[in-house]
Amino acid sequence: MSQVEVQTHPIATRLTHWLMALSIVILIGSGWRIYNASPIFGFTFPEWATLGGDVEEALALHNDPGVASAIAWHFAAMWLLALSYLCFMLWNIFSGHFRRDFLPIGPASFWRDFTAAIRFRLDHRLGEYNVVQRVAYWGALGSIAMMLLSGIAIWKPVQTYPLETLFGGFQGARLVHFVFMTAITLFIVVHVALVILVPKTFVAMTLGKATAVHKGES
Amino acid sequence: MDLERRRLFGGGLSMGALTLLTGCDISDHDSVQKALAMVSRFNDRVQAALFSAHKLAPTFSEAEAVKDFRYNAWYGQDKSPKLSPSEYRLTLAGMVADKTPWTVEKLYTLPQTTQITRHVCVEGWSMIGKWSGTPLSSFLQRTGADLTAKYVGFECADGYYEGIDMPTALHPQTLMAFKLSDETLPTRHGYPFKMRIPTKLGFKNPKFVTTIYVTNQQPKGFWTDRGYNWFSGI
Repeated sequence: MSQVEVQTHPIATRLTHWLMALSIVILIGSGWRIYNASPIFGFTFPEWATLGGDVEEALALHNDPGVASAIAWHFAAMWLLALSYLCFMLWNIFSGHFRRDFLPIGPASFWRDFTAAIRFRLDHRLGEYNVVQRVAYWGALGSIAMMLLSGIAIWKPVQTYPLETLFGGFQGARLVHFVFMTAITLFIVVHVALVILVPKTFVAMTLGKATAVHKGES
Repeated sequence: MDLERRRLFGGGLSMGALTLLTGCDISDHDSVQKALAMVSRFNDRVQAALFSAHKLAPTFSEAEAVKDFRYNAWYGQDKSPKLSPSEYRLTLAGMVADKTPWTVEKLYTLPQTTQITRHVCVEGWSMIGKWSGTPLSSFLQRTGADLTAKYVGFECADGYYEGIDMPTALHPQTLMAFKLSDETLPTRHGYPFKMRIPTKLGFKNPKFVTTIYVTNQQPKGFWTDRGYNWFSGI
């Protein structure tokens, strides 16, 4: 049996998705440059992967390791992410997309789909989300919320005090900010890898609609 | 469809690559710098609105205060200016009624308060210190400064310069700090005094202050001129 699968994304979803994607790329790139100025762990990010201009030039020009531009990028893109994230969440709550496609989730169904996925037995149907995917999307959306919250605690530790105590203090907030950055980076790696495997999802997220003929076993 | 898809996909990849890999070119571009500066000025206004005159920076216990406070500047600490206690004068300028210069001796007789607060560096590190000095607000009142002016600026013996908004200048925790850990401020930390402003990032806390001026024109800042955000409140 073969059937035609259709995936559609309304313009609001596509626009907010790509604005979030753009702002997250800027935030991670500039965030890595800011991290390098005062590393939490015993490593720094390679300069080519960071955002904030030519380090050598900035150093020669005014003794600044390129952090000024990185911070300017970071505090510009934070508004873009906050706004697009808010619109994305509100739109998908009220349009019913979350309820329809991202729920339900549960431990049993997650385990079923997860074990199928790692044995490469999980069928991909365009426009349908398995439970592993659903959990991953909730994880990414939750991570963005944590990034915004820990980010506010780092940006305004005095004005929002005692917000930082939620994270165990100012340095704790930096650590939480780093941990959820890592989670989002891992999500992006897997997300992009799967899009490369099923490129039609990219067509749907960009042009709004993609169709595929599915030759399932069932 | 296949070709188009590939083209689109390539476009998507290069957008990410453009931002990440050629970040240098994008950031240093004049129009990008202009746009970022515009957002930075918008952020100044947001931060001024978020600033509360009554919200105090968290204070810490004596045990949490670091005795050997970190030295930080764009030059090595051996190059710190050594100001002579007999020759030093603090000059006042701008919208101040009494511009009589202040000697170290006279400054140190001003009533002092002590705070154990956290210094937060724009780079991300933070350190708790014990500072004693006179509140800038009472010094401004004493010298007849126009408190309706918008800004207070600082000029320093090491070539540094900074400025803050009047609400921050009048904040009860904004000090002219004469002491660190109960001892006269060491040379490397800004003898005879540094500004201690726990509601601002570290670089808005100038050392070796030689001039205080009151003005309606936004004062320039050493690091602000190098691309950092002006308000830099925390």
